Amino acid sequence: MAAVTTAARTRRKRNGSRSRETRAAYGFIGVWIIGFLVFTLGPMIASLVLSFTDYNAISSPRNVGWDNYRQMMSDPKVAKALGNTLVYAVMYVPTAMAVALCLAMILNRVGRASGFFRTVFYLPVMTPPVAAGALFLLLLNGNQGLLNRTLHLVGINGPNWTTDTAWVKPGLAITMLWGVGGMVVIYLAALRQVPKDLYEAAALDGAGAWMRFRRITLPMISGALFFTLIVQTIYALQMFDQAYTMFFGGQENSTYSNDAALFYVIYLFQQGFGFLHMGYASALAWLLFVVIMIITAIQVRVSRRFVYYEGERD
Amino acid sequence: MITRRGFLAGSAGALALGVTSACGGVSGKSKSSGGGASKGDTGAISTQGFGKPDDVGQARIDAFKSAYPKVQVNINEGDFDAQQFLSAVASGNPPDLVYLHRDMVGSYAAKGAIQPLDDHLDSAGIKTGLYRPAALQEVTIGGKVYGVPEFYDTRNILMSGTALRSAGLTAADLGTSDWDKLHTNAVKLYKANGGKISRIGFDPKVPEFLPLWAKANGADLVNPDGSPNLADPKVIEALTFALSLVDEQGGWSKFKAFRDSWDLFGAKNEFKKDQAGAFPWEGWYVNVLVQATPKLDLDSVPFTDRQGKPISFSNGSAWCLPKGAKNPAAALNWMKVLTSTDTWLKAAAARQATVEKNKSVFTGLWTSNPTADAQVKAKYVKPGTTGFDKAIQNYYASNEYAFSIAPSKAGNEIKTAWTEAANRALSGQQKPDAAMRQAQSEAAKAFSAVK
Repeated sequence: MAAVTTAARTRRKRNGSRSRETRAAYGFIGVWIIGFLVFTLGPMIASLVLSFTDYNAISSPRNVGWDNYRQMMSDPKVAKALGNTLVYAVMYVPTAMAVALCLAMILNRVGRASGFFRTVFYLPVMTPPVAAGALFLLLLNGNQGLLNRTLHLVGINGPNWTTDTAWVKPGLAITMLWGVGGMVVIYLAALRQVPKDLYEAAALDGAGAWMRFRRITLPMISGALFFTLIVQTIYALQMFDQAYTMFFGGQENSTYSNDAALFYVIYLFQQGFGFLHMGYASALAWLLFVVIMIITAIQVRVSRRFVYYEGERD
Repeated sequence: MITRRGFLAGSAGALALGVTSACGGVSGKSKSSGGGASKGDTGAISTQGFGKPDDVGQARIDAFKSAYPKVQVNINEGDFDAQQFLSAVASGNPPDLVYLHRDMVGSYAAKGAIQPLDDHLDSAGIKTGLYRPAALQEVTIGGKVYGVPEFYDTRNILMSGTALRSAGLTAADLGTSDWDKLHTNAVKLYKANGGKISRIGFDPKVPEFLPLWAKANGADLVNPDGSPNLADPKVIEALTFALSLVDEQGGWSKFKAFRDSWDLFGAKNEFKKDQAGAFPWEGWYVNVLVQATPKLDLDSVPFTDRQGKPISFSNGSAWCLPKGAKNPAAALNWMKVLTSTDTWLKAAAARQATVEKNKSVFTGLWTSNPTADAQVKAKYVKPGTTGFDKAIQNYYASNEYAFSIAPSKAGNEIKTAWTEAANRALSGQQKPDAAMRQAQSEAAKAFSAVK
């Protein structure tokens, strides 16, 4: 009898503790859920409704059915902006991942000083994008910029990164490498999780550095690589700050807009806030959302063959 | 019909799927008094777009505070930000005043983001006859006045005397009436070493001065009724000529990269470093040059049309009343005081004090108030024979004959269309005629939508 009572008490105690933990958990995530509902889901739903209206932010929206979506199909600038954005994403994402991985691997070998360098690499992420954009306009200037002057030292005549339409997107991709610090930190954490004994065993079996990298490092950090691939792709498809600052920003510079840098979100912003076509801009936003979802779905599907999740399967 | 309020919170963020991370936040700082004082001598007013006032701006703010000591003035320092302004208006929390480029007034008026001032002008004692017709035209949409014009920027050609002499040319050789001659002399003035530009001979300053080149060729980019006229053969011819100047001087990519490397505001500016021969520019740049390089060998001629008649293109800023402004009477008083002759004289006195402190030269204040301009000129502008004096005289003269682009309810869209078209032509993505035809199609569509 006494044993039963004790067991029941223990169970109640455990249940009570679990209940408190559950409440605490809800308390912690509750704030986030409220923020998500109010600042993300609510506006998304509003945006979806607005995408079927003619709305200028001043007057009441007027229902126009699918007109905005039909207009998108015949708007050559949508195709231009989408094309620019996709080309840029293809240039930027793999380059940024490769650069970040190289830096992370170097940091992984630095030992104690890696903490210092990790901070140094992360600092640019804290720089306001507008400031970075303005800075890179100077650094990438085809005539006097630091990059071309450096290239000149090794006998290379650098291109006009900011004024030649063929080089505008590569120039922007270089600009965005400034902020790879976030990825470096993620990769470094992943590299630190790779068991050392795998490398030792491989070395004993005669595997060289490249083979160890290809057969051990890459599979073991593939989860981190996949995560950054998805995040960076979305980030690239939403390119705005730097491109707008460098090629569209400010009333003085706005007359030198460059079609090669007309990214999708810049066009969306022009429509929404330049011309007050908020309904059309909302429709554009939903098209981008769909494009991002499709690309992400493809990435997730393809990743099943390449990404290794520890403990998921033998 | 869907109610507006329900969507307001969402609209900016909702674009959001792409925009939220990219665009700045919305200021909710607009703090109006709601005082309801019909004379506008109490309460508070807030502004957007006025930037950080310099000596001239500060003197005018002080003049208002002195005239209306009971009105609290809240200046939101920073250039005009469309997103910030529209969000403030849409959320029912607008500033009392917005400071806009005049070429944007038509679009904002068409959308109802700013109010017509006609009902307020008389009670505020603002006489529209005080302002230059070209400036007033820019803020008059559909017969209603939507803004009070302020500064008045015109364009003339500035040149480096040193560069001219080195090429054996005179200022008259770079006049804009004979385009063939200008082309030849621009090439003479242009210098390059090993494929790298070392001096631009003549910069036509397109796209931004395309209206001036088109006018010189006998065409307006915008018709008097506000419709676009971008595919006019004379506009296309003007763009083609400007493009030929750029192409002969390295091509757009090199040309612009070189120009972007100039130290425009410094002591090692493009004239000082012999990087520029000549270009049309606004009058304010004379003030920059005289302060940075007071001993510069500057020369200047008026911009002329192809018949040799001086022409200039004017634009500038205006004060407007946003929809829902809570203290319109005080806002109108602000517009009146800041653009009055007395206030401009106070501003000129402040500038003169700065000039004396810096041991520099008073280069003029060019405003939409011709009475003020005449009095300021008489009081502070010293006649002389230097290149700077000649330039100053040219800018004062051009105030009298400058034209402005006709206002349009699709002004933003039309401007975007022609600037992008000119950029496409300059960068070689399209021929000038194809670019301008596309621009006309885009602009006409936008104009039809708001007509």
